[in-house]
Amino acid sequence: MSFEPKIVAFCCNWCSYAAADLAGTARMQYPHNVRIIRVMCSGMVHPEFVMNALSQGADGVMILG
Amino acid sequence: MTLSEVAAITGSAGDFTVTVKESPRYVDVNKCIACGACAEKCPKKVASEYDAATGKRKAIYVKYAQAVPLKYQIDPNSCIRLKKPGACGFCETACDAGAINFNDTEKIHEINVGAVVLAPGFEAYDPTSAGVWGYGTFPNVITSLQLERYLSASGPTEGHLVRPSDGKPVNKVAFLQCIGSRDENLCGNGYCSSVCCMYAIKEAVIAKDHVPGLAASIFYMDMRTHGKEFDQYMVRAKENSGVRFIRCRVNGVETDGNSDDLRLSYVNEAGRQVEEFYDLVVLSVGLQTPKHVLELAHQADIKLTASNFAATSDFAPVQTSRQGIFTCGAFAGPKDIPQSVVEGSAAAAAVADLLAPARFQLTTEASFPMEKDVSGDKPRIGVFVCHCGSNIAGVVDVAAVEEYAATLPDVVYVERNLFSCSQDTQEMISKRIQEQNLNRIVIAACTPRTHEPLFRETLKAAGLNEYLVEMANIRNHNSWVHSAEPKAATSKANDLIRMAVAKVAYSNSLRPISVPIYQKGLVIGGGVAGMTAALNMAEQGFEVHLVERSAILGGNALHLKHTWSGEYIPTAVAKLVDKVVLHDKVIIHKEFAVTAVEGFVGNFKSTITGKDGSKKIIEHGAGIVATGAEAYIPTEYNYDSIARVVTSVQFDKLYELNEVHVKKAKNFVFIQCVGSRETGKMYCSKVCCTHSVQSAIALKKENPDRNIYILYRDMRTYGQRENLYREARKLGVIFINYELHGKPNVHEDGQQIDVEVWDHVLHRPLNLKADMVILATAIRPMGDASKLGNLYKVPVDGDGFFQEAHAKLRPVDFSTDGMFVAGMAHYPKPIEESVAQALAASARAVTLLSKKEVSLDAIKATVDETHCDGCALCVDVCPYHAITLVDKKAADGSKAGKVILVNKAQCKGCGLCQGTCPKRGVYVAGFTMEQVNAQVRAALAA
Repeated sequence: MSFEPKIVAFCCNWCSYAAADLAGTARMQYPHNVRIIRVMCSGMVHPEFVMNALSQGADGVMILG
Repeated sequence: MTLSEVAAITGSAGDFTVTVKESPRYVDVNKCIACGACAEKCPKKVASEYDAATGKRKAIYVKYAQAVPLKYQIDPNSCIRLKKPGACGFCETACDAGAINFNDTEKIHEINVGAVVLAPGFEAYDPTSAGVWGYGTFPNVITSLQLERYLSASGPTEGHLVRPSDGKPVNKVAFLQCIGSRDENLCGNGYCSSVCCMYAIKEAVIAKDHVPGLAASIFYMDMRTHGKEFDQYMVRAKENSGVRFIRCRVNGVETDGNSDDLRLSYVNEAGRQVEEFYDLVVLSVGLQTPKHVLELAHQADIKLTASNFAATSDFAPVQTSRQGIFTCGAFAGPKDIPQSVVEGSAAAAAVADLLAPARFQLTTEASFPMEKDVSGDKPRIGVFVCHCGSNIAGVVDVAAVEEYAATLPDVVYVERNLFSCSQDTQEMISKRIQEQNLNRIVIAACTPRTHEPLFRETLKAAGLNEYLVEMANIRNHNSWVHSAEPKAATSKANDLIRMAVAKVAYSNSLRPISVPIYQKGLVIGGGVAGMTAALNMAEQGFEVHLVERSAILGGNALHLKHTWSGEYIPTAVAKLVDKVVLHDKVIIHKEFAVTAVEGFVGNFKSTITGKDGSKKIIEHGAGIVATGAEAYIPTEYNYDSIARVVTSVQFDKLYELNEVHVKKAKNFVFIQCVGSRETGKMYCSKVCCTHSVQSAIALKKENPDRNIYILYRDMRTYGQRENLYREARKLGVIFINYELHGKPNVHEDGQQIDVEVWDHVLHRPLNLKADMVILATAIRPMGDASKLGNLYKVPVDGDGFFQEAHAKLRPVDFSTDGMFVAGMAHYPKPIEESVAQALAASARAVTLLSKKEVSLDAIKATVDETHCDGCALCVDVCPYHAITLVDKKAADGSKAGKVILVNKAQCKGCGLCQGTCPKRGVYVAGFTMEQVNAQVRAALAA
């Protein structure tokens, strides 16, 4: 089976999370292996979150803000 | 009320009856969830108005993705069923919510109101009928609005710039300015539309970003980038982006005959006839008042200007000719978004003034049951999985998801709903919470950005704290974007619910924060803006302290004579001063200045110090900075050494006094942009072009034999001021263009003054003999603006003017809550714009002051004193200055190092502190380290 990376994305409530909502409204299709976590600002993302994600098996972490 | 039009307005100010005609939507807005199933099935395609006919829409549609309300409507002119009963009806079958109603009818409403605001906007000029631009004939001639759609990711080409004729990439694009503006011959719109120069530059820059190597040229008469930071943008477009600017009015567009390329022939600045070919020509179309708005104006019985915009006074820019009817936006003259937003708030202020006695008469307060304390209870989580009709259930196997959710830790109840957001489901969820003794809720449905407030209310209605709910976004982030992969979508829905369950298990009850407010205002600066704001707040019933540094009220307006439309300023200012002085709610502090400030929104304490050293402390809930600007004292053009080289303001005084030199003078030279639009001062002072043109008209009318020259860089008689420019030219005033690198030279030559300038039409230097030279000098920010800014923690921009929170969305707010800006403290502007901004600032301030307390969301930074060691890393990163370092006290009252203190009224819950803290000393309620870590863990658990 081909490699399916697991990606954790931290999205800012005011921009990238809203953009992901809009991608839905526009029915834009994208790969399903990203899991979005809503934060109130990308500046809220503590390094610990990223370290935890990577150590618990995430192949990539995105911080979008 | 959408799809509604005003049919009649009867009555008078304070008691109008408005007849509103509501057209049928054929869709029940209470049932429609905007899933789009109807439009998918609808077989009828027509040109989309929103896409400016570059794309298609269905007969059942929403105008655009962000429409409010986000509800579908049927266009009766294209719907098959509405035209032929019994036919089609596919949308009705497709709609799970049962929202389609073909029998919907027009409704007439009679509404009793105290005031009316007319904000019908504008339409873009349609260049089809003009013929010469080839619009409608040549496919590669498009309007600026169509280009906007081509450049948009949600547009017909998903942001790829291609030629409409053959879909080939665009390499060369030309923008033609003033299409439908400044043109009495082709369209009768003599005025300037004010916004097209700036939008053309923006579109050119964006187009160049989209297409590497694209050549973009803008053909213009005058670049009118007079707004705040606009000139800097133009310089960047020129120097960084490489947009080419050509000063020339192109007279028409032709094809090259063989391909779909377009030929422009024009005369360049060296006087040569040039021919160029382009892939795409964009017409920068102007703004005009649509026909149906002219009818509305007729219904409302208000006066219009000769250019068909609402007629207003410069001292009451949102008041129409009929008492109680107000206006704002482009209907009151062509204008851009920032100014329209300002006028929107200004109209609200004017209405609030009129209707102040009726405030709060129609408010009702919602009541909720007592909240249950769940703090000691083990989580009992209820999960509600929404089908969203077929939006989720059509892709995700919701039954499998329901089954899976029941296996998750602490989940004691799971249920599926057809529409979780419907009224009856809300009541049902509330009932289940009580029946099942649930204390944490997960709603697996759509996005919390639109629906979390609704579900919070549901929890409140069930006696549960509103913050104990979490949403799993299995629609926007799942079924809608993985519609072809139902298995993967089902598994992702499981993951998203698992993440929400993991997070909500750590959620605690939170209390909204309530901050009491001093219901008083402070206005700093007693010029036209400051006085207007103070008076409006006072008229609305609030006590206002007006602090003026000098001994007199009036500010810069005391030096001015006429507004652009000819209103006499001294009389109007005197009236305003009288009203302010006589108003018992305005407390004036002359010869005082603010010297110290403490507090925050709702609770400011400003110390003002008098010239004599006396101090007063003013407690206020909101503050308005209206400290104005000052005149630039020139050093150029031998202003210091030649007596008859004067500034515009000095000239006005000499002219009014009928001074002998002015009276006898025959030759006048005006020089524009003295101290404006230069390196280091790259901004336009906005008022000087109009000022010089007005002076020139007066001189010429008085004595047509006078020779009057205006040396300019771009004539910026924007909006309806263009009529003055045209009048001046008709009267024989001579306008000579110069460039920044070829400024005029001014020398004394006996009784006369020699003015040397390069003439771009004649292509040779001109030597003008002048009796008087009038310098249109710049407006400078107050030298000590940043000092005041530091006191209130409000910023000034690179030029030294106060910086608003957001140019378009919050043009009179500061990013510091409770502080607002108006007048020239913000940017140079004419009187009517200062007045509008002052009214807007008052409206914004009163929004705060009208409440006894402000209720704020509970998502705020909270200090964990057991971990915070006072390292203060977070103090510097906090963008809202909400964190301070204070002494920590041990149990016995002795000092125990430092700890941070968060001011919840200033905190916005962004969590930069949480992201920075190395010791878990501070967290954001609702997004704690525990909660987010639990989500991360759950995301990767499967």
